[in-house]
Amino acid sequence: MNLAIDNAPAAPLYTRTLDHAGMWSAVLGRGKTLRCTALERGANVGLLLYNADVPVERYNMPDTLKGQHIFYLRHLYCLHSDMGRVLASIIADTVGWHDTVCGASDAALVAQKYGPSTYQAARNEFHRNARDCFLIELAKWGLGPRDLVPNLNLFSKVVADEAGRLTFVPDHAPAGARIELRFEMNTLVVLNTCQHPLDPDPAYHPRPVRLEVFAGPPPGADDPCRHSRPENERAFLNTENYCALRAPSSVP
Amino acid sequence: MNPSSAPLVESALDPAAAAYRQIVGAGDPWSRELRGGQILRIVDLEGNQSADTLFYDAGDPAERYSASDTIRHQAALYLTTGTRLMSTAGRPLLTIVADTCGRHDTLGGACSRESNTMRYALDRESMHACREIFIRGAQECRPELGKRDLTCNINFFMNVPVTPDGRLTFADGLSAPGRYVELRAERDVIALISNCPQLNNPCNAYNPTPIEVLIWDPR
Repeated sequence: MNLAIDNAPAAPLYTRTLDHAGMWSAVLGRGKTLRCTALERGANVGLLLYNADVPVERYNMPDTLKGQHIFYLRHLYCLHSDMGRVLASIIADTVGWHDTVCGASDAALVAQKYGPSTYQAARNEFHRNARDCFLIELAKWGLGPRDLVPNLNLFSKVVADEAGRLTFVPDHAPAGARIELRFEMNTLVVLNTCQHPLDPDPAYHPRPVRLEVFAGPPPGADDPCRHSRPENERAFLNTENYCALRAPSSVP
Repeated sequence: MNPSSAPLVESALDPAAAAYRQIVGAGDPWSRELRGGQILRIVDLEGNQSADTLFYDAGDPAERYSASDTIRHQAALYLTTGTRLMSTAGRPLLTIVADTCGRHDTLGGACSRESNTMRYALDRESMHACREIFIRGAQECRPELGKRDLTCNINFFMNVPVTPDGRLTFADGLSAPGRYVELRAERDVIALISNCPQLNNPCNAYNPTPIEVLIWDPR
């Protein structure tokens, strides 16, 4: 099911376009929305999320999957932390399937698939890999290899047969495809646009992606993501309790 | 037996010749350093028990088991004989060399007190859970390890089938009393097990039971 709902106001606070194998990281406060738009067919965004205030709490693939009985992500589903809370909700999505299990490319895979490529020879079109991009961005926030966990691959679809064998679905996301993530906690977002590790395309060709950040309020009591699963309702309650306890007291 | 699970592969190793044997009760941690070439066998003594397991490079525990690297290297979800358990640096830590169960999970992760509140009910927070067992086991083995080191684990003997349309279910185990999985350490590694105490879903058939751990030296 593909759904596109414009929840965000018209004017972004921040816009950035990532070219080549772009990488980006930022802290986005509770209530902010990040829109990712694929500018060419076949884009991929490797994504990791951390509690910005206490980064030992981070996106957790198994809790996200088993909390929602699903093997991929789409509109109305949530990205769970390893502490029973929601880091982000998918409030809009024109794609309908985002990979959760295949992880990141590394230097060996990129060299094997696309051949050697150095900065000396290729300048800024040299071949990057997603693992190194994650480690470079994580280091800027004092994080490192101990913080590498299975990441999301937005815009990419991989299906499993009954024996668990995986097949990559080429060109899953068309140009203009987009997804909007609303952050339910102050969140460190770390992402890059390297190709999906199972993309069989023999050409090194990371696609450009536009990022836009919008301001907005935290969700209301009738929020559809909150009510998409009873597990999400409880995770939202846990998140609200956490945010209420850590917020400065307004009583003098 | 699920017809789509892998062929079962038995081991020729004799338990009487093992260098180490230990029974681990449900709800207990177990951790130990394995030298490269040693063989680790985990036995599901009574059947349908989930053995939640993590591995670390013994020389540099920042390099550890990676579920996503393991999945993408074999382009398949389930673990069985022949699966190389890959590290976060893309190197094999161990290889599964025998398996009389046929399929093991690496998507379901470990239960925690916090995730139990999300999955079942807010009042399940007090129930014993794997991630607190992992923390105890990790710190017994290496005091510097903690929650930051608990990545997405393996659930030996657990069956979490994914359907072609992308649904994920916790099914009855494929395992049975006495079934085992055997792994060869490809270098010096730390093995960390939480013998799962979960009572809220069928991963342990609602009755958590002991496992046995055996280690053989290289021949």
